[in-house]
Amino acid sequence: MSGPLYLAWRYALRHPAKTSILVAAIALIVFLPVGLQVLVGQSARELTARAESTPLLVGARGSALELVLSSLYLESRPPEPTDWAQVERVEATGLARAIPLHLGFQARGHPIVGTTLDYFDFRGLHVAQGRRMAVLGECVLGARAARALGLAPGGELVSSSETVFDLAGDYPLKMRVAGVLAPSHTPDDEAVFVDVKTAWVIEGLGHGHQDLAAPDAETAVLAREGSSITANASVVEYQEITPANADSFHFHGDLSAYPISAVIAVAPDAKSRALLMGRYEGENESQQVLRPVSVMDELLETVVTIQVYVVAAIAIVSAATLATAALVFLLSLRLRGREIETLVKIGGARISVAAVLASEVVVVLSLGILLAAALTLVTSRFGSAAIRALLLS
Amino acid sequence: MIRLHDLEFRYPEGEFELRIADFRVERGERVAVIGPSGSGKTSLLHLVAGIVEPGRGRVQVAGAEVSAMGDAARREFRIRHVGLVFQEFELLEYLDVLDNILLPYRIHPALRLDRTVRERARSLARRMGIADKLHRLAPRLSHGERQRVAVCRALIAGPELVLADEPTGSLDPANKQRVLDLLLDYVRDHDATLLAVTHDHDLLDRFGRVVDFKGLGT
Repeated sequence: MSGPLYLAWRYALRHPAKTSILVAAIALIVFLPVGLQVLVGQSARELTARAESTPLLVGARGSALELVLSSLYLESRPPEPTDWAQVERVEATGLARAIPLHLGFQARGHPIVGTTLDYFDFRGLHVAQGRRMAVLGECVLGARAARALGLAPGGELVSSSETVFDLAGDYPLKMRVAGVLAPSHTPDDEAVFVDVKTAWVIEGLGHGHQDLAAPDAETAVLAREGSSITANASVVEYQEITPANADSFHFHGDLSAYPISAVIAVAPDAKSRALLMGRYEGENESQQVLRPVSVMDELLETVVTIQVYVVAAIAIVSAATLATAALVFLLSLRLRGREIETLVKIGGARISVAAVLASEVVVVLSLGILLAAALTLVTSRFGSAAIRALLLS
Repeated sequence: MIRLHDLEFRYPEGEFELRIADFRVERGERVAVIGPSGSGKTSLLHLVAGIVEPGRGRVQVAGAEVSAMGDAARREFRIRHVGLVFQEFELLEYLDVLDNILLPYRIHPALRLDRTVRERARSLARRMGIADKLHRLAPRLSHGERQRVAVCRALIAGPELVLADEPTGSLDPANKQRVLDLLLDYVRDHDATLLAVTHDHDLLDRFGRVVDFKGLGT
């Protein structure tokens, strides 16, 4: 290390409070605009990539952003529910393949996604261990979810109760893990995938219970009227779907009216997309069809507009901070007058004495920039996930 | 070694004026300068070192016309040929003992800091009884220890002229002898010259010549 730089380094170490404050100030001046740019750029890329891979979404009228965010990222509050009839409606047009999504339930913090096997093909998700779900009550775990839950094929996972204090509400369902997906580095890695009918069972819309016609179920019968049997409260309801009780699970009413969160409409070409969108333009239309990329573009436009104002504010604060830092350096020069005089009297070269003082600035700037780089690195690693969590919360 | 001729010096903001008609110190001499406070003893050392410039007259040191040199040349001359012990020691507070001794090597590209120099610094510190404090910061040293560090710093670059302003002023009798021993041994071993301002009259008999400043300057 050169003499002046060494002296500057020793000086910085001997004055840790002053050095730390200056380093922090410089780091913030550098990090705030750069980090913001990295954050916005990365978030925009991630949001857009996921949106671009999802051609059209059909859902109930309401917040377009909520419908897109929850359908793409599977984490947020589910949108206004639509119904299974919308899947049939899309299929009936012949313009697109319909993939249902039913969201809103969780298992130990991971979102449960009720869908069909088509979803795996559509997203290009491959099974790394085990197989896809085949029967009611089975689930397939995303790679990160499996790692976080410590589960593998053959394991069991219980859905979280959504209505703890509602005795008439749904009850946790114990699911069997059929397979684990290979990492896709998308929100799918965090999800627990089940068949949409399993999701309805979790919701309490489908259920299984002991056979009331069996002789040993007499105590659970409240009334018999012809072939109709009414159970009393002691009837045994199953909280797990097994080969032995699978046949007892059933759904009451019209399946077309059963709720789902959204339908991904996979149209083969632009024309089909346009035609399908046209089908949902009526004034009395209760459903909306969205191009997720358009919704995300609108969101990003808003973000960029806000970013411009934030950068302007940062520039003003940075200028003030730089001026303060310069003042601190100048005051430091005055305080170090005696030291400078000593260096001159001993015979220090003019350039060396100037270098000692300039090196202090170099040391502080270098440490500040290093800190800013480290912060930017952390931001690029975790920032977009934080932004996504913020948007989805 | 030193010749001051027809010298006139005045601080820009002060009333004080120093005039020296002729003052010579030969190579290898050990000269003590005594005199009342404010008589200009420190100014004499600063003139010889080229820290200040005379208003008139000539300052010659080691055959070089210091009074005719520019600022950069005087600085280089100083760091190569002159070792200075300041009255207030003037150690850098954020450096430890070793770094303070090595300071001349950190502030001029003409001097190269290598292992030999570091060993010389340790050797000087041993002679001064501060070898066990090499990594102690300057503010944590006693007054006498600081003074001894200042002496080591003055000698580290092997100067042919040592200018010392009260080099024993803050020391107990034992350390006074130790510091003076080092300075005089250095002068003898290196065929160097010592010009020291002192108020220690009991040490004067160890110098080769004593100059009473009352008879030198006005």
